[in-house]
Amino acid sequence: MDVQIHISGLNVSYGDKPALRDVSLDIPRNTIFGVIGPANSGKTTLLKCMNRTIDFISSARVTGEVAVDGQNVYRMRNVYQLRRRIGMVFPLPVGLPLSVYDNVAYAPRRAGIHDRHELDELVEKCLRQAVLWDEVKDRLRTLGTRLSGGQQQRLTLARALSHRPEILCLDEFSIAIDPVTTMKIEDVLLELKQSMTIVLVTNLVQQAHRLADSTAFFNDSRLVECGPTQKLFTRPDNPLTLKYVTGVFG
Amino acid sequence: MPKRRPRVNPRRRPRNRQSDVKAAWTNKLNLASGAMTMQRQANTARSGIGWCAQLGRATHWLLDISELPMEWLIRLCGWSAIFFVFAIFFFVLKEGAGVLGKLDLKEFLTSPNWRPDSAVRPQYGILALLVGTFSVTTLAMLIAVPLGLGSAVYVSEFAGRRTKETLKVVIELLAAIPSVVWGFVGYMVLGPIIIRLTGAPIGINVLNGGIILALMSVPIIVSVGEDALRAVPDSYREAAAALGANRWETVYRVLFPAAKKGLLAAVLLGVGRAVGETMAVLMATGHAVQIPHSLLDPVRTLTATIAAELGETVAGDDHYAVLFVIGVVLFAVAFAVNLTADVVVNGWRGGRND
Repeated sequence: MDVQIHISGLNVSYGDKPALRDVSLDIPRNTIFGVIGPANSGKTTLLKCMNRTIDFISSARVTGEVAVDGQNVYRMRNVYQLRRRIGMVFPLPVGLPLSVYDNVAYAPRRAGIHDRHELDELVEKCLRQAVLWDEVKDRLRTLGTRLSGGQQQRLTLARALSHRPEILCLDEFSIAIDPVTTMKIEDVLLELKQSMTIVLVTNLVQQAHRLADSTAFFNDSRLVECGPTQKLFTRPDNPLTLKYVTGVFG
Repeated sequence: MPKRRPRVNPRRRPRNRQSDVKAAWTNKLNLASGAMTMQRQANTARSGIGWCAQLGRATHWLLDISELPMEWLIRLCGWSAIFFVFAIFFFVLKEGAGVLGKLDLKEFLTSPNWRPDSAVRPQYGILALLVGTFSVTTLAMLIAVPLGLGSAVYVSEFAGRRTKETLKVVIELLAAIPSVVWGFVGYMVLGPIIIRLTGAPIGINVLNGGIILALMSVPIIVSVGEDALRAVPDSYREAAAALGANRWETVYRVLFPAAKKGLLAAVLLGVGRAVGETMAVLMATGHAVQIPHSLLDPVRTLTATIAAELGETVAGDDHYAVLFVIGVVLFAVAFAVNLTADVVVNGWRGGRND
C-alpha cells in the first residue's frame, strides 16, 4: 500500500479540552478516505492538522506525527508550500472578497500562470468540476461573497481544485448543496481520485459508504475504527461503529 | 390550537429520544403561545393560572407597547446627527451671510492676499490659507496613512498577544495627548531638529506641521484600522492560508479588500483630524500667510486663521463674517473629502460593490 498521509500518535487539545487522542492511521494514495463520526469527535481537527491551519488556533496544542509523503508537516520549513499541495474545502463556505473568477484564479496566478487563455480554461475547468459553471458563467465578475450558500461552497471546491492539489480535504462539502448537485459532484470526485488523494469528512454516513475506499470512524476524540469501507459498514470490529453506521446511536 | 403529535411507538424510544423531547417542547410552546393569544384577544381568562404566568404575560404586553416609543427614540437619535450637522452649518452660514453679498467670491478663492486689517482696503483672499491647509494635510497623510495602516496590520496580524496589548495601550495614550501639547512639541522639539538637519532659517514650517499632524492622525488610523482588520472573520484567513497564501499575500489580497470600508473610514478620520486640527498647526506651521514653495516654508492654515483672528474682530463686521465664511469652506472641504471617499469605495450608485 502506497501511503500518502501517515499519522501516528497524534494528540490535539484546545486548552484543557482534548480534541484528538492518540490517533494513528494511514491514508493510501489515490483513494477516497472517508472520515465519519458525531459532532465534536475531532474530524475537522484532523483535517486542520494535515495542512497546519490548526496553527491559527492559538489555544491548540499538538503532539505526535503527521507526515505527508514521508515528511513530517511539523518539521517543514515552508508551511505555505505544504498548504499549496493540499486543497481544503471548509464546511461553512468562504467566498473570499474577490470576484468569482479571481477566487478560482487566485492560486494559479500565484503559481505564476498569467496567460489569459490558460487561466480562462483552468477557471472554467475547475468551475465545471465543482458543478458551478452553468450557474455563474455569465457573472464571473460578481463578488464571490454574493453567491448563495451552496454556490459559495462549490466555489470553495473549485478554488481548492484550482491549484491541482495532491490531496483534497473535503469537510462537509455538501451540507448546503442539494442532493442532485451533490450526486454530480460525487461523480466528479470518483474521477478525481485517479489524480489525487481525497479525504472526505462527512456527516452523511451513506456518502462515505458510496464514495470512500476506506473509512475511519471517530467518536469522542478517539479513532474507534479504521478499515476498508465495505468491512466497516458490514462487519465492523467495534459494536459502536456498527451502531453508528446503521443509525442506531446514542 | 395545535394538533397533538401522535405518540411515538415506545419500542423505538431509545433512537428517537431527542425528537421526542423536541416534540414535547414544541407542543408546550404552541400551547403557551396559543393561550397568550387568547388572553390578549379576550383579555379575560383569569382563572386557574398562577400569578407568575400573569406577571410574565403583563411584562410581555408592556414590552409590546413600549416598542413604539422605543422605535421613535432610536429614530430620534439617528436623525439628531443630521439635525446637528445642519444646525451647525446654518449657524456658521448665518454669521457669514452678511458679508457674502459684498465679497468678491473670485477674489476670495483665488487671491493669495489676506489683509483683513488693512485700513485702506482690506483684502480677503484665502488662496494662501487653502494651500497652507492642503500642503500640511497632504504631507501629513503621506506620512500617516502608510505608517498608520502598516501599524494597524502589524498590531492586528503579526504582533504576538503581549506586544499587541502593549502597543494598543500606548497608541491609545498617543491619541489622548491634547493638541496644544503636540503644538508645543512641534515648536520646541521638532523645530530645532529641523533647523539642525536641514539648515532652514525657521523650524516651524510645512514639514514641521505635517509631521506633527501625521503623529496626531496615526493613533486614530491605527485603532480604527485595527478594528476593521480584526472584524474580518478568521475563516477568510484560514481560507487564504489553505490556498497557500503567505501572510503578506493574505493581508494584501484578502484582508485589505475585505476590510476596505473600515480602512477607508480610518484614513478619513485621520484626514478629518488633519484638516480640522487647529492648535497644533497654529504653533507648528509658522503662521505666515504665503504660498509655500518648499517644505521648509512657513504657512498658515484655514483653521489656525479662524482661531487666531476671531478674538480680534468686532462681532458682526466684515472680518468677523469672513472668518465664518472660512468655516463654511472648511465644511465644504470635509464634505468633499467624505463624498469622494464614499464614491471611491461604493461607486456612484452606492451600496453595490460588484
